[in-house]
Amino acid sequence: MSDSTESKSTDINKDSGEKRVGVFVCECGVNIGGVVNTKAVAEYIGTLPGVKVTSVNKFTCSDSGQADIQNKIKEHNLNRVVVAACSPKTHEPTFRACIEQMGLNQYFLEFVNIRDHCSWIHMWEKEKATEKAKDLIRMGVERAKLLEPLQASEVPVTDKALVVGAGVAGMQAALDLADMGFQVYLVEKEPSIGGRMARFDKVFPTNDCSICILGPKMVEVARNKNIKIMSYSEVKAVDGYVGNFNVKVEHKPRYLDVTKCTGCAKCSEVCPVEVPYDFNEGFGTRKAIYVPFPQAVPLRAVLDKENCISCKACAKACQSGAINYDMQPGFTDLNVGVIIGAVGFKTYDPEPRHDFGYGLYDNVITAMEFERLLNAAGPTGGHVVRPSDCKEPIRVGFVNCVGSRDKATNIYCSGVCCMYTIKNAQLLKEKRPETDHTIMYMDIRTPFRGYEESYNRSRNLGVKFLRGRPSEVKEDPVTKNIKVRVEDTLANEIRNLEFDLLVLATGIVPHEGINQIQQLLKLSKAADGLLMEAHPKLRPVDTTIDGVFLAGVASGPKDIPYAVSQGSACASRATILLKNKKAITEGITAVVNPDVCAGCGVCLPMCPFQAIKMDETPYLNTGIKKANVVKALCKGCGTCVTACPTGALEQSHFKNEQVLAQVKNVFKFQEVVA
Amino acid sequence: MSSEAAAAPKTNGWEPKIVAFCCNWCSYGGADSAGMGRFQQPASARIIRVMCSGRIDPLHVFNAFLEGADAVLVTGCHIGDCHYVNGNDKTKIKYKFLENVVRELGLEKERLQLNWISASEGEKFANFIRDVTEQIKKIGPSPLKPEGVV
Ligand SMILES: Cc1cc2nc3c(=O)[nH]c(=O)nc-3n(C[C@H](O)[C@H](O)[C@H](O)COP(=O)(O)OP(=O)(O)OC[C@H]3O[C@@H](n4cnc5c(N)ncnc54)[C@H](O)[C@@H]3O)c2cc1C
Ligand code: SF4
Ligand code: SF4
Ligand code: FES
Repeated sequence: MSDSTESKSTDINKDSGEKRVGVFVCECGVNIGGVVNTKAVAEYIGTLPGVKVTSVNKFTCSDSGQADIQNKIKEHNLNRVVVAACSPKTHEPTFRACIEQMGLNQYFLEFVNIRDHCSWIHMWEKEKATEKAKDLIRMGVERAKLLEPLQASEVPVTDKALVVGAGVAGMQAALDLADMGFQVYLVEKEPSIGGRMARFDKVFPTNDCSICILGPKMVEVARNKNIKIMSYSEVKAVDGYVGNFNVKVEHKPRYLDVTKCTGCAKCSEVCPVEVPYDFNEGFGTRKAIYVPFPQAVPLRAVLDKENCISCKACAKACQSGAINYDMQPGFTDLNVGVIIGAVGFKTYDPEPRHDFGYGLYDNVITAMEFERLLNAAGPTGGHVVRPSDCKEPIRVGFVNCVGSRDKATNIYCSGVCCMYTIKNAQLLKEKRPETDHTIMYMDIRTPFRGYEESYNRSRNLGVKFLRGRPSEVKEDPVTKNIKVRVEDTLANEIRNLEFDLLVLATGIVPHEGINQIQQLLKLSKAADGLLMEAHPKLRPVDTTIDGVFLAGVASGPKDIPYAVSQGSACASRATILLKNKKAITEGITAVVNPDVCAGCGVCLPMCPFQAIKMDETPYLNTGIKKANVVKALCKGCGTCVTACPTGALEQSHFKNEQVLAQVKNVFKFQEVVA
Repeated sequence: MSSEAAAAPKTNGWEPKIVAFCCNWCSYGGADSAGMGRFQQPASARIIRVMCSGRIDPLHVFNAFLEGADAVLVTGCHIGDCHYVNGNDKTKIKYKFLENVVRELGLEKERLQLNWISASEGEKFANFIRDVTEQIKKIGPSPLKPEGVV
């Protein structure tokens, strides 16, 4: 492809005169070629008017495939290119760049999907798939002939970033961006940053103290001059586009002045109200005014108005006079170039379905609750006790895959539960060797570095692994012990076991924050209900919205190292935009033909982005003020076009004649043989 | 198309032709996901991609019927999920109008269908195509299909 850089400019002249179409049919290895008869397809397509050359490639997207396109453009003086392959959603940019290198306008490419929409879904109907591929490509060829040159536009990028969610993933993204010199706003809905990891005692696979490694990171975030933490805050509105997002952030009232509060917690000492402590998963209590946890960042108190009885004891106790009972929510408007979503997850709630007796029997708890009991800073000072009588349990049972890998709840694997169960059993066993642990599992999954070793360590410590899922869980009404009936599927026998405590490994599920971010940023959700990336393999932290990236569990179950890597990955992807200070946006917009526009204004309210304005002055000598599309605001949805009664509005790249060319060519005329 | 042919549905091996308009962000992605998940479906649908379901013009739908479509599918993102805020709300309104006209044209209601399918709902997409194809096979080719058109 040595000649490929010969002309980088988009030669609009190539549009004049005869339409010379080249069609490139991809076999995608056997993905397409194994079902669709590509030779027959190419032969047929070659007979269509305007098609100058057809070509079949094993992998059109490969270097040689692209070289073939470029050579044929030159050889046959092509000015339209049809690629029949996989999905434009993943590969359109590749081929647009490929033809642009040859001086063709990138919008002269028509992409036809004969894999996802054909060979993969008609695997056992080869003939029908072949006929369908012919139809699809014919539609594409006719559309290609009508494609017009467009210019992608460049927009400036504000060199500031917003990170939503300050768990370990969001914190890493913020730190990396800040270290590269960019201003970062870190919005966290809770009163402290840190996320889920701040609640664990130790973290697998190495079982190092969680807060000892997270705490310093939290402090680093707070100290970094380029990071502005907005804790106890939520994003309320987002508009704009890549490079230029306008974001409204609401700061929930803490009912105290954070600039005066020193985090001394004198207020909590005097507060008479006690409520279940959410940070401890409801174990123990906290006051109505409290510091979230000892390592909280920012280390400031927060008053929970819902439970406050307005006795004003705290105001009297506070030596810095920080308390303000009349505080109102505050708002900040931000302008940022990129947004990183790292809102994390919640764990599956076994209460409504009373899975394995949870919510019915005191001594059935979740792993998250167990994590708090293990934690030296937790409600019991690190002594694992069982809820019914506060006695230290000896026989502990663990049930894996609760709310995961189960048709009745969630079919996906939460990825971390095997490992955290192994960790939790190990930690208690090490603390109290007299304890006896049984993990009831479906499969044990230990895929990454150190995981299998951790599993082996548990076995060596004497943790028992029983392959089977409890079929019955009952409570002994007198001892409050938990009786479990489970089939040991490896030994092929039914076992009746008795435990002092049963711990459920509840899976990862989406929370309200996911919905909120999804709607605000117009993202898609994957089948597990978490947010969807632009491409599962090649663009794992990008989204379909330019300038928006995802890190951590918000885009699928993962462990801490993976979440941290994604935080860094987001920072790196975002830096491409922040550093270049510009982004390329689609050339597709609506356009008004002023000669036809009647000035009726019907289109104006159709646009959700207020991109259509009426001209201030009448057009030429018509005496009529015409509609006008502001290119920078138009996102190119085409909704206004369908409302225009005169046909003056058209959407570039999706003009009526272009769409209709496809509609017409779904069908072909077949001579009826008598 | 003679009326006898329309009255006697050629279900034997006959595959209806269904024009499916899909929005780039959701239902087109749903069709891609159907592929990725290998959810098999009848080879009846021909997908036409638009950026938003709001771009699907009655003009496109009528043309599809006049050219010979046995059914036309209008699809987009779930309400509230439109990439362009609310294009699909407008699609819903237009669809009401389309339904009426299709009835006026004497077409069965199965021939025009609306569905919201997200980019992850591959199985739903496949089931939708299968269901519509089954329904259309029962009622036969569209009475508007010009003679000789396949
Ligand atoms: C019981 C259990 C034990 C585990 N043990 C381990 C372990 O030992 N080792 C390991 O590697 N992994 C472990 N994991 C997995 C680990 O918890 C996750 O990998 C990690 O917490 C992911 O970090 P995150 O930043 O993506 O999400 P989170 O930690 O959930 O952080 C998300 C943050 O976003 C905030 N947020 C949510 N919604 C909004 C919103 N709308 N606006 C603003 N902010 C918002 C949240 O308050 C939170 O601070 C465990 C998981 C569980 C359930
Ligand atoms: S195409 Fe969409 S974004 Fe552009 S002006 Fe029309 S309605 Fe607005
Ligand atoms: S709807 Fe059409 S004719 Fe009316 S103002 Fe808009 S562009 Fe002009
Ligand atoms: S983008 Fe899918 S309906 Fe608007």
